[in-house]
Amino acid sequence: MTETKTSNRSRETRSGVIGRPFDRIDGPLKVRGDATYAYENTLEGTAFGYILGAAVAKGRIAEIDTAEAERAPAVLLVMTHRNAPAQPDFGPAVMPTVPEVFTRARPALNSERVRYYDEPVALVVAETFEAARAAAGLIKVRYDEEPGLYDLPGHVADAYAPKRTNAGFETDSVIGDFESAFAAAPVKVDATYRTPFEHHNPMEPHATLAAWLGNELTIHTSAQTLANFRAAVASTLRIPLERVRIISPFIGGGFGSKLIAHADTILAALAAQVLQRPVKIALTRQQMFANAGHRAEMIQQVRLSTDTDGRLTGIAHDVWSATSSFEEYCEQTAVFARSLYAAPNRLTRHRLVPLDINRGEWMRSPGEAPGMLAFECAMDELAERLGLDPIELRIRNEPAQDPERGVPFSTRNLVACMEEGARRFGWQRRNPTPGSAREGRNLIGYGMAAAIRPNYIGAATARVAIDRDGRVTARLDMTDIGTGSYTILTQIAADSLGVPISSIKVELGDSRFPRTAGSGGSWGAASAGSALHNACTALKQRILDAAQSSEASPLRGANTTEASFADGEVRLGQRSASLADLVRRIAPDGFEAEGSVAAGAATQSYKAFSQHSYGAHFAEIAVDCDTGEIRMRRMLAVMGAGRILNPKTARSQIIGGMTWGIGAALMEQTVLDPRYGHFVNHDLAEYHVPVNGDVPQMEVVFLEEHDDKANPFGAKGIGELGVCGAGAAVANAIYNATGVRVREFPITLDKLLPDLPVIAI
Amino acid sequence: MQSFTYERAASAEQAAAAVAARPDAKFISGGTNLLDLMKLEIERPAHLVDISRLPLDRIEETAAGGLRVGAQVRNSDLAADPRVRSRYPMLTQALLAGASGQIRNKASTSGNLLQRTRCPYFYDRNMPCNKREQGSGCAALQGFNRMHAVLGASQACIAVHPSDMAVAMAGLDARIETISPGGETRTIPIGDLHRLPEATPHVETVLSHGEMIVAVTLPPPPPGRQVYRKVRDRASYAFALVSVAAIVEKSGDRIRSARIAMGGVAAKPWRATEAERMLAGAAASDGAFTDAAEAALAGAVGHGDNDFKIPLAKRTMRHTLAAAAESA
Repeated sequence: MTETKTSNRSRETRSGVIGRPFDRIDGPLKVRGDATYAYENTLEGTAFGYILGAAVAKGRIAEIDTAEAERAPAVLLVMTHRNAPAQPDFGPAVMPTVPEVFTRARPALNSERVRYYDEPVALVVAETFEAARAAAGLIKVRYDEEPGLYDLPGHVADAYAPKRTNAGFETDSVIGDFESAFAAAPVKVDATYRTPFEHHNPMEPHATLAAWLGNELTIHTSAQTLANFRAAVASTLRIPLERVRIISPFIGGGFGSKLIAHADTILAALAAQVLQRPVKIALTRQQMFANAGHRAEMIQQVRLSTDTDGRLTGIAHDVWSATSSFEEYCEQTAVFARSLYAAPNRLTRHRLVPLDINRGEWMRSPGEAPGMLAFECAMDELAERLGLDPIELRIRNEPAQDPERGVPFSTRNLVACMEEGARRFGWQRRNPTPGSAREGRNLIGYGMAAAIRPNYIGAATARVAIDRDGRVTARLDMTDIGTGSYTILTQIAADSLGVPISSIKVELGDSRFPRTAGSGGSWGAASAGSALHNACTALKQRILDAAQSSEASPLRGANTTEASFADGEVRLGQRSASLADLVRRIAPDGFEAEGSVAAGAATQSYKAFSQHSYGAHFAEIAVDCDTGEIRMRRMLAVMGAGRILNPKTARSQIIGGMTWGIGAALMEQTVLDPRYGHFVNHDLAEYHVPVNGDVPQMEVVFLEEHDDKANPFGAKGIGELGVCGAGAAVANAIYNATGVRVREFPITLDKLLPDLPVIAI
Repeated sequence: MQSFTYERAASAEQAAAAVAARPDAKFISGGTNLLDLMKLEIERPAHLVDISRLPLDRIEETAAGGLRVGAQVRNSDLAADPRVRSRYPMLTQALLAGASGQIRNKASTSGNLLQRTRCPYFYDRNMPCNKREQGSGCAALQGFNRMHAVLGASQACIAVHPSDMAVAMAGLDARIETISPGGETRTIPIGDLHRLPEATPHVETVLSHGEMIVAVTLPPPPPGRQVYRKVRDRASYAFALVSVAAIVEKSGDRIRSARIAMGGVAAKPWRATEAERMLAGAAASDGAFTDAAEAALAGAVGHGDNDFKIPLAKRTMRHTLAAAAESA
């Protein structure tokens, strides 16, 4: 069971639409099975593709015999590098800049080279999925295999510094003289943590139905960001952007693995072109492990030094991460540490070791997820060394302004989150002596960690229209990846126009609609929401202008400086009229308007203020003293994340993030076999994500907050905040329970067992 | 997945004969394991004989006071049967600790016994695997072998049998009834059903091609308290790292008899006979449980990632024996 307490009442608008826990508008569709996902789309004459992946991780295809597959029943096409339509070369290995990383061509089957295990080497298209899959099994491939590099820890000495990290951050930051401060400090922690490869594993696999009509290509797929897919498809097929339409109204989870086009999309588009009929392809669950991104393995060294009062004199966070040999990806793992705590001497660095694997991709809370897992454990280690409560240590190092940028915080309620959380969680019951709390055969532990996550805004445009019956339609190429975009955008439009939510229809997921930044980086609500808000403002202005000037208007000539839209009425000074009636009279064809928002990084507000969401995570766990099994008992998150647009969808986001924290702390790990270069446990039986039994009672509390620097609503990104620090709270609870500090994630029982004392029966 | 033909068997005899008639034929029941393996082309039967609708889905009392479980009784139904719950609670515990609700609703009793290993190298056709392709080698031996066997393994194969149900049945001395293509029947003690890998890991049981399990007979419940303890990486839907099925019969403070079977440690449910012998007549004490656990794992060999299974199995057995002895 879960419980949510929210206090977000005072900032409700007149209509009270924003800030209310509306049910998800798309909920009934999904429960009834009426929400159509990519692979469920059907077009007349659809053919089915099945991808055959490489059996080696590095080398070249010496011979590929497709004759038997081509003769197999119902087979229409066997595509390999020998007959695939020409595509551009992939391009250089260095990290492409934004937006190159999103727009570059991503060719498939265009080379005899094999760059990673399970890279597509053939596509079979047949009349049925079963026929395509069976024929794929008949293809014989001989490889000239080459030795590859698959071992991060063994090659740390060969690491290099990339030009920048993901999201365009500086690779390194240096303030003061960390090494001297660290050497001179009376109290210090120097701890090295390891975090493993992880995979997104959204419930819905990556899937595409591609169809050509003349020279127009329509792609039904599962995409977080339509513009990226559109650009990559256009680049790869060398066709104008305008001829590509991407449709993705419902997405069964993405977690960052659907920000760019993958092989299913490219190959479906190519095969549909060759066959001149619609082609549908989905990655299998196993194929998703090699072909749809991952979080890279990392080694993180965290060094902290303080004076005897626990005030940090130095912070250093060094990260060595695996990357791909053919396309760089550097997760911004240490970047959050530039803003979290005060210290005069600071050092953060990112280094990469290229392996012969596919490229890592953005995975839920890139940077903070692995980075805070390490860093917030190191803070716990430091608190113990100082004999300080972990919350007190953090309070003593609360900065007055952003410690590296030197600008003020827009809002920052980290201390309030920790204090409110401590009170609600019963933190005072925590026994600071590890291994000292027992219930029966269980060792009980409490842990906490801070959460921080940047507030990103992506450029976005929205179009909104009102018809003669007062029905409002909002259109933008935003997506709803299960987060509640449809719902909060409906609330924003209803609030702005002063009409009930039943009057609003929000249409998303079509590249014919105005472009947004899509869903990713927790920027969706703020970016698309601000654009829609501005579109509604523009629409209202149009209506007001016409209301004043139109001869048919009952409000003609009214004083416009006191205009309001509320309760379905337009009020101008002392006069008012029904909105629908007004539109019908003055504009039988209705009104339409667009609104936009610029990317946050380009704005003055972003330059002048450090903008982050904050929170505090608390966890209680039990460790079986005989077996070492770790089971969650309860979790609490207290979040200060600006104004909460919808406490229900926001809570779902946070508890989803907390569940990711459980996964990262306790079970998620993909094992890369250093002999073969393949991910060994590439299915959901062997790659564990938390199931219902692993997720305890969770409580989520949002502090009342309004960030007027962030956007018109005062809201900030929350999607990924729930992940940040959640795993560290779990790990710190395990230490508190057992006295065993495991620095290699995930913390599975085999790592606890050697140091877990045998307790008398 | 390769194409296959399909027939629905009309009787047990006919099913056995139909499979025996073709070397590339297989039985299918719930399909919870076979279909996965067929999709990956690890299993490539050209003909399937569906036995799921045969009238082998009853649980009947035996004259001896035990239960005869039809081979087609679903795992969910077996776990929920009131007679099983009251007389063989260890079996219900084991069944409910396995798989997921959906899978248990489909999976049959005989299919559970005959499910194949979950070794990830067995599941990947690009990897060497002696079980899948004789003589190709064992990728797990020097590879990622955290889930693998510490007892009864060979240089050819270190895979484990993944069943929970079979471990409880091993502790209960279940007997497997089969029918052969000619109509002959035989009864096999569960301990003799599965073979250790030795040099032929592809031969997993003593059943001949076409020989079909029709029932599992549980002898009358042995005296003593039954406990099944499964240790796993997450709370649900995970294969056992180790599991222990224990029945401890006490007389005052002393143990009269004990039965112990282990899962997750070998290619078959592993009966700890030496530990049972040591416990018979011993005082029910932490020391006796600890000694028994040491004896049970005496011959255990780790392969790197799975070294922890040896201390884990000992700790689990010690505590499971203590729990079984507590109110026995």
